[in-house]
Amino acid sequence: MIESSLKELSRNLAEKEISSVELTRAYLDRIASRIATVNALITVDPDTSLAQAQAADERIARGEAQPLTGIPIAHKDLWCAKGWRTTCGSRMLENFVSPYDAHVIERFNNEGAVILGKTNMDEFAMGSSNENSYFGCARNPWNTDRVTGGSSGGSAAAVAAALAPAATGTDTGGSIRQPAALCGVSGLKPTYGRVSRYGMIAFASSLDQGGPMARNAEDLALLLDVMVGFDARDSTSLERPAEAFTRLLDEPLSGLRIGLPKEYFGEGMSTEVRSTVEAGLAEYRKLGATTVDIELPASDLSIAAYYVIAPAEASSNLSRYDGVRYGFRAEEYDDLLDMYCKTRSQGFGTEVKRRILIGTYVLSHGYYDAYYLKAQRIRRLIAQDFTKAFEHCDMIMSPTSPTTAFEIGAKTADPAQMYLSDIYTIAANLAGLPGMSIPCGFDAAGLPVGLQIIGNYFCEAKMLNVAHRYQQHTDWHLKRSPVASS
Amino acid sequence: MSLSLDDVKRAASLARLEIGDAESQRILDQLSGVFELIAKMESVDTDGIEPMAHAQDMMARLRQDVVTESDKHELFQSIAPAVDADLYLVPKVIE
Repeated sequence: MIESSLKELSRNLAEKEISSVELTRAYLDRIASRIATVNALITVDPDTSLAQAQAADERIARGEAQPLTGIPIAHKDLWCAKGWRTTCGSRMLENFVSPYDAHVIERFNNEGAVILGKTNMDEFAMGSSNENSYFGCARNPWNTDRVTGGSSGGSAAAVAAALAPAATGTDTGGSIRQPAALCGVSGLKPTYGRVSRYGMIAFASSLDQGGPMARNAEDLALLLDVMVGFDARDSTSLERPAEAFTRLLDEPLSGLRIGLPKEYFGEGMSTEVRSTVEAGLAEYRKLGATTVDIELPASDLSIAAYYVIAPAEASSNLSRYDGVRYGFRAEEYDDLLDMYCKTRSQGFGTEVKRRILIGTYVLSHGYYDAYYLKAQRIRRLIAQDFTKAFEHCDMIMSPTSPTTAFEIGAKTADPAQMYLSDIYTIAANLAGLPGMSIPCGFDAAGLPVGLQIIGNYFCEAKMLNVAHRYQQHTDWHLKRSPVASS
Repeated sequence: MSLSLDDVKRAASLARLEIGDAESQRILDQLSGVFELIAKMESVDTDGIEPMAHAQDMMARLRQDVVTESDKHELFQSIAPAVDADLYLVPKVIE
């Protein structure tokens, strides 16, 4: 059952071939014996998980099961879950036990799903390699000397190592898609506003969006059915008619127009990533799709605009960590100001401080117009590029990341180099568009390559169809990492 | 626009971060690389382009001004670093 998809597990549970307690225990056992290898989870609480599983079994016995009732799911450690330690990968929240549930957690609880544990992540979701976690970096199940990508690296590694059948993540600049690509799993960042941010610890509020990570597109659709929904407690949550994200999965792809942005196939990409993605595109042509060249001329400005906007919003959001109401407080200090400074200096890690400083600087007197407003103007140019591009195509495809998983430590000395790891993913966040990554092959070293699919606003169901049909004709998503096979 | 050591120290002070001289220099070196990336913004003319603050151009939703939350101060203060008599404790501010 460790090999099974969510759909299969759901059927196994419904037909009482397995119980949720058995399934949850099987995954908890796998976590216990492999956690040291991949460091994918920060917190597990077997008693709580098994109690939820027991309740799910009773619900199934009463005939009140929903599709994900009894399924164990790992959650990125920035979703607040009542009674669970929720660290956000930071010393600042090392001992923070959430007094409430995030909207997403509420929805999974209402569904009867089981919280399997909280996954490792870059501190406050700032990073592209998971190396910024206070709890040590997660390791790539395909090669444990390599990074998982980030920031949802623990979620990607947990799925790739078969320590969880599915996980949640969040994506501010690529934090679902890039680790999904580097770990060989499927991940989707919905249209901004689809998934409530209530109870999701904030990084950059105009970009942050939660989404699912799993083994295949069909599983993502089942997860999205639970995660998406209006929530009045998030002021940017969108009121949309309910839809089933599985409804288009089996539609044929004949006539699908795939746009290939020339800017995303230029310099900086490894030759193996290029050839693997091109082989994926050839598969789509076999399925009846056509490819068209498109232009996203402002896309080379996306990193620049992002590294103004995201740190600016982060510096504001993270000002709440002052050692007064919750979280870490320094042990020794002279006065109130000193308490703030020592608490924040000791509680935050290097990358978080770096981004707070960038954000504080670009928002400070005299620089606001030159940096923040300028970046917001460029953000509009980037969004307009996509609007024009979607007049000529239905989906946009590209590599998810310019390289496969790099070695742990390879890019930590130069943050600017690390930031380029998200060069193909950031524009979708700035525009608010949905994006996903699916496995499309391997490089010569046996490391997975991800294919990015960017859709128009609210086109998630169609994107899942596009991904699902590909996965019906290929088996890249079925390949198991060495840790998963162990 | 290039960043100076004073800029780093000023931002650190505004952000309530304590950063020593040696660390400030290291941060300056790293941030200079980041600001080189950011400087690319200057290459494009954005006159007349409306700033985009948000992914969806929508108005902030308003709600009725009525109480929606119950009093949970005991729960919330149970996770605070220092509390006494229902009050959050901080170092003395006024002598």
